[in-house]
Amino acid sequence: MAAQQLPGREDEIRALLATVSDPELDEPVTELGFVTAIRVSAEGDVEIGFRLPTYWCAANFAFMMAEDMRAAAFGAAWVRGVRVVLDEHMYAEAVNRGMAEGLSFREAFGAEANDDLAEVRRIFTMKAFQRRQLALIEHLRAAGVDAESILGLDLASLRRMPLDAGGDLLRARYLEKRAIAGAAGLADPAFVDGKGEPIAVDGLAAHLRACRRVAVNGEFNGALCRGLLAARYGEDSCRAAGMSEPAPGGVMDSSREPSFVDFLRAAVHERAAAVPQR
Amino acid sequence: MYKTASGEEIFVIDGHTHMWDAAPDNHKNIHGKQFIDCFYAYHTNLSPAENRWPKDKFENYGPEAMYHDLFVDGYDDMAILQPTYLKDFYTRGFNTTEQNAVMKQRHPDRFILNGAFDPRDGEGGLEALSALAETFKIKGVKLYTAEWKGESKGWKLTDPWAQRYLEHCEKLGIVNIHVHKGPTIIPLNRDAFDVADIDDAATSFPNLNFIVEHCGLPRLDDFCWIATQESNVYGGLAVALPFIHTRPGYFAHVISELLFWIGPDKLLFGSDYGIWTPRWLIDKFMAFELPDEVKRETGVDLTLEAKRKILGLNAARLYGIDVAAQRKKLAASASRVAAE
Repeated sequence: MAAQQLPGREDEIRALLATVSDPELDEPVTELGFVTAIRVSAEGDVEIGFRLPTYWCAANFAFMMAEDMRAAAFGAAWVRGVRVVLDEHMYAEAVNRGMAEGLSFREAFGAEANDDLAEVRRIFTMKAFQRRQLALIEHLRAAGVDAESILGLDLASLRRMPLDAGGDLLRARYLEKRAIAGAAGLADPAFVDGKGEPIAVDGLAAHLRACRRVAVNGEFNGALCRGLLAARYGEDSCRAAGMSEPAPGGVMDSSREPSFVDFLRAAVHERAAAVPQR
Repeated sequence: MYKTASGEEIFVIDGHTHMWDAAPDNHKNIHGKQFIDCFYAYHTNLSPAENRWPKDKFENYGPEAMYHDLFVDGYDDMAILQPTYLKDFYTRGFNTTEQNAVMKQRHPDRFILNGAFDPRDGEGGLEALSALAETFKIKGVKLYTAEWKGESKGWKLTDPWAQRYLEHCEKLGIVNIHVHKGPTIIPLNRDAFDVADIDDAATSFPNLNFIVEHCGLPRLDDFCWIATQESNVYGGLAVALPFIHTRPGYFAHVISELLFWIGPDKLLFGSDYGIWTPRWLIDKFMAFELPDEVKRETGVDLTLEAKRKILGLNAARLYGIDVAAQRKKLAASASRVAAE
């Protein structure tokens, strides 16, 4: 595939990938420095290279991001095919095969996965909802809106509310996730807890602290992941490296080493023969 | 021993240390290399620049360096050795009870040696655990619930076999169950850091102590809730603590939540040596104060008394260490060494 022919189209793909977030960190994969390459051919084929902070990063998250990137890239009308390639990861082979053949997580991992990813997605969408809600409420309070008025808003009024650019972005991000917490019609309350129940004014402080635990946790993980990625690839800043070329030698030669899964299967026999080690 | 500016002595038990061997000739496959590379990334990413090691020391530091880093350069008075077998990645094992036992044999007053079990080893594993308890007189085990074994994608403390192993621990006097709930590999399709099974096990085994290593990071929000419900659930600070250097603001939030929910009597210091070394961690921890706004929001403080408990007194209680007697013993053996 001829690369670098169509910079306009590459930008288009990059913008589409910016809508894909790491489910755990709730930050765009492009910002995190996970996307290493975007190649576009004149025929409409797209190739996306990506990498993760460690060789061991959870396979389910890797698969979700790959799936989401693939779907996002198809958002451009001219796209004919999408290839997503994960580098240097213990499940690179399974993820890449799953992407190439359009498999579900369960199909791609067979016996190694006993369920699909719906529940994991739900849990992490909920965490993203809580973090985004906290950020928006804090913004509104800093802008001088009192707790009673905030909790009295319905979704229609929240949408209409004049906000500065920062607030507008926080609102858009919050609204993207609002549906996870139940009915989200225009007349429904703008701010609800995770079960869709309204939040009482005197319960707001406790509610926000619970959200803050989720947020701090997420930021903590984000810091760790950025640092590990930088340490792994010898870069000072992942953000700056967000769109760099893949690391030299970044693709593991799978012909030299068995895949993790093959290896585990082989280990079954080894273990059956061995005296229990513990 | 750490001495404060005013001369107060603080007894330190390092709750989480390893004597590992990740030298290239011990790598069984690419996973052995990738595993130590990942640890090295944790080390280089979170250590202050002057405390970073060259890769070859990190792969295999050996017993002399360990003793020096913990007890001579570092402030540790004692350290708990936690095994991590990984025989699938390392020919000789990464950090087995036997490898750790070298340190215990050389410095019996300095170390507390822990073992491990895997409930999927069935009856044979129960016998192996008895043998481990008899040989090494262990009072604690380190468990990895997310470890793969054949077709199994990890296990839970609530599994019937795990319950049998925990019963067996109780009989053998192994009362401290350290459970790794932190950065891990698997299971594939679940939230790999899920801490929910701790809750049930802690209720079923009120005579055992469950020390959740890495405080369930990155699931602190869930962990705090569980630990609050159960009086026998503790948090190990390994991995959380190094953030005190790179991200003191996050560390303040994390430690304040832990103090609020779990309290100063149930948190244990751990360096996770050789990933990090105790000297800089403890220097920074002792110098650390919670920002006022965090104190206001959570209503907790990281007092000297709390630091003293976290650094040593809590672990001493769990492992039956009489701190005053142990101090004398260590001082006596130190002067004996000096005289020789």
